[in-house]
Amino acid sequence: MADLASDAPFATPARESLKTADGKPLKAALARAQARSRRRALFLVLPLLVFILVTFVFPIGQMLFRSVHNDAFSRNMPNLVAWFEATEPGTEPDEAAYAALAADLKLLRENRTAGEVGTRVNYELSGSRSLFTSTARRANALEPPFREAILAENEGWADPRLWQVMRDASSAYTANFYLAAVDLMHTETGEIARVPPDRQIYVNLFLRTFALSALITVLTLILGYPIAHLLATLPLRYSNILMILVLLPFWTSLLVRTTAWIVLLQQQGVINSTLVATGLIADDQRLAMIYNQTGTIIAMTHILLPFMVLPLYSVMRPIPPSYVRAARSLGASSWKAFRSVYFPMTVPGIAAGGLLVFILAVGYYITPALVGGASGQLISNLIAYHMTDSLNWSLAAALASILLAAVLLLYWLYDRLIGIDNLKLG
Amino acid sequence: MAAAQQVGAFVEFDRVQKSYDGETLVVKDLNLAMPKGEFLTMLGPSGSGKTTCLMMLAGFETATHGEIRLAGRPINQVPPHKRGIGMVFQNYALFPHMTVNENLAFPLEVRGIGKAEREAKIARALDMVKMGKFGNRRPAQLSGGQQQRVALARALVFDPELVLMDEPLGALDKQLREHMQFEIKHLHENLGITVVYVTHDQSEALTMSDRVAVFNDGVIQQLAPPDELYERPANSFVAQFIGENNKLPGVIEDVDGGRATVRLATGELIDATPVNVGGRGSRTLVSIRPERVEYLPERIPPGAHTIEAEVLEFIYMGESFRTRMRVAGSDDFIMKNRNAVGQRRLQPGERITIGWSPQDARALDPL
Repeated sequence: MADLASDAPFATPARESLKTADGKPLKAALARAQARSRRRALFLVLPLLVFILVTFVFPIGQMLFRSVHNDAFSRNMPNLVAWFEATEPGTEPDEAAYAALAADLKLLRENRTAGEVGTRVNYELSGSRSLFTSTARRANALEPPFREAILAENEGWADPRLWQVMRDASSAYTANFYLAAVDLMHTETGEIARVPPDRQIYVNLFLRTFALSALITVLTLILGYPIAHLLATLPLRYSNILMILVLLPFWTSLLVRTTAWIVLLQQQGVINSTLVATGLIADDQRLAMIYNQTGTIIAMTHILLPFMVLPLYSVMRPIPPSYVRAARSLGASSWKAFRSVYFPMTVPGIAAGGLLVFILAVGYYITPALVGGASGQLISNLIAYHMTDSLNWSLAAALASILLAAVLLLYWLYDRLIGIDNLKLG
Repeated sequence: MAAAQQVGAFVEFDRVQKSYDGETLVVKDLNLAMPKGEFLTMLGPSGSGKTTCLMMLAGFETATHGEIRLAGRPINQVPPHKRGIGMVFQNYALFPHMTVNENLAFPLEVRGIGKAEREAKIARALDMVKMGKFGNRRPAQLSGGQQQRVALARALVFDPELVLMDEPLGALDKQLREHMQFEIKHLHENLGITVVYVTHDQSEALTMSDRVAVFNDGVIQQLAPPDELYERPANSFVAQFIGENNKLPGVIEDVDGGRATVRLATGELIDATPVNVGGRGSRTLVSIRPERVEYLPERIPPGAHTIEAEVLEFIYMGESFRTRMRVAGSDDFIMKNRNAVGQRRLQPGERITIGWSPQDARALDPL
């Protein structure tokens, strides 16, 4: 310490006065010297940068935006939006409100946008789409007093729940899709409550997705660890051949692999027929191994296995045999040597493989869609459903965002517990 | 068989053979007996079978044939963790996820030794290698030499009677290596342990060992104390492998008890001590150590054999001079002289007369 202190007076001025031979500050000269190579480097990565921006950052931003923004109602119903803004939440709809509604319904008829608005409201209150389309069709016939006129068209307009939903939808920005994604909703009084039990699907599906993904991760670890160890300890000549077998699934279409499982596992499939033929099970007791959770678990474990084997292998390969030998020579049985020496050294590989498989499993779509049946569906299948069938893109975006957040949380936890530097993917 | 009868042998290899592929033998008929407390070095080029022998003794390789005995007990079927042999590995093999203390506690823990005794033993072992202050460090935070000391302490902490070392100093720089050689030697003397040491570095083997077993091609070429190995090599391989060596090829003219006359390629006749040569007319390789060759008339020993030489190159090495000469048609005959009073720089092209005592010229088998 004393040495450092005595050095300091000499060291500090020297650092400040560093100049090049012709008297320019050293830092500026260095920056100038490196600028050219930096520009060249940027030029080289530019295509990738643009590609990532266009195909990845922008769509994800869009998706996140869509999950909190839907202006189908607010854009097409200006009068009612104005009334909602002027009144307190929970206000009974008065004549003025119905007048605004009648004016907007006329607009919907002119612009042919009744279906769009009806769909938006329908997201949160099913059956209301036809309310909008049928009433809008006859909007020109509406005369004051509008309340009576509209209710005469359809009694459904008196539903306080409908007015609550419309009030929520009157703002383009809403958290309702997130609420819906976790089985919650706004009640008529504006409070947040759980949806009726028969419509609670998303939370359970999230839980099932995470539970199945965790189970699949554990299964791939149990199956993959010995394979990776074998690959790592065999002479390179043999391990290369085995490695091809591990990688073979990558070269086969996912559909082919999944279909192969259907052939094997279905009721009249190879495994069931073999079991019946050998008399292990009766013909009327054929096992249901596909189009349910079992099918999803078996097929996904198989498909994700390489993602566990490869990181494990890359961690195990450089571990010299002398560590286990040292433990053995020091008096440890082979089990003890494995548990206290070999296993701890492979933890980064387990963590990397586990993280990789879990994240892939959480977002897996095609396999559960093909072999999952009803009980083997995962959250991504529902996201796909909302994207392609129900066309509720905002809800799909909210569900996907929650999934993304969960994965990021996991990643953060991993970094905190194990450290991202320890991640070895191959 | 002879080894089996040896009384008091601590480590015995009895007709041990080892093959990895069933086609070639890596170790061919090895017989070796070590008394307790000996420091024995297995020396040889890579692939000579020395490490395989060590691994068989440690229990990581099984002998294809023959018996290995430790304190009179056959250990072929004993798993490595029940042999009670300490071992130091080339890359140290310190467990990277444990501190130095935990590394040393490992062999004590598996033996069920209580905490207090464990700590005392660890402290003693670390003090022994002068690493007492580093107990809480991880191996990655230590230098190569420090890791080496910890590895040594770990192999000794559970008081094994036999310690195996597999090229433990291979990764250290020259100075540190020489320093550690002495420390290991002292530990051996102070603790009275039996050590089997594997190396391919001949100077290491000569400095440290009680006896050296020179391996080549799966066979012990010579098993002898260092001085005997250096001064009386049993065959050309040992002469070649240990130290520097001039070799002059020739044909035996006459063998008479302790003296052989060899005709060199250029037709000159020289005297040599026959070691393992055939009779008259058989080919031989005469081996002479460079430091046993002299050129100053007053230094050439009486009764020496003298021969003409032409200086080709003179290298100044500080404590010694090295002269490369043409002798009897061979261009790489080396003479090594101590930088002493009366010595001078020889000039290339200079013609001199060199000489050596016939005992120092050994007629060996041709390689």
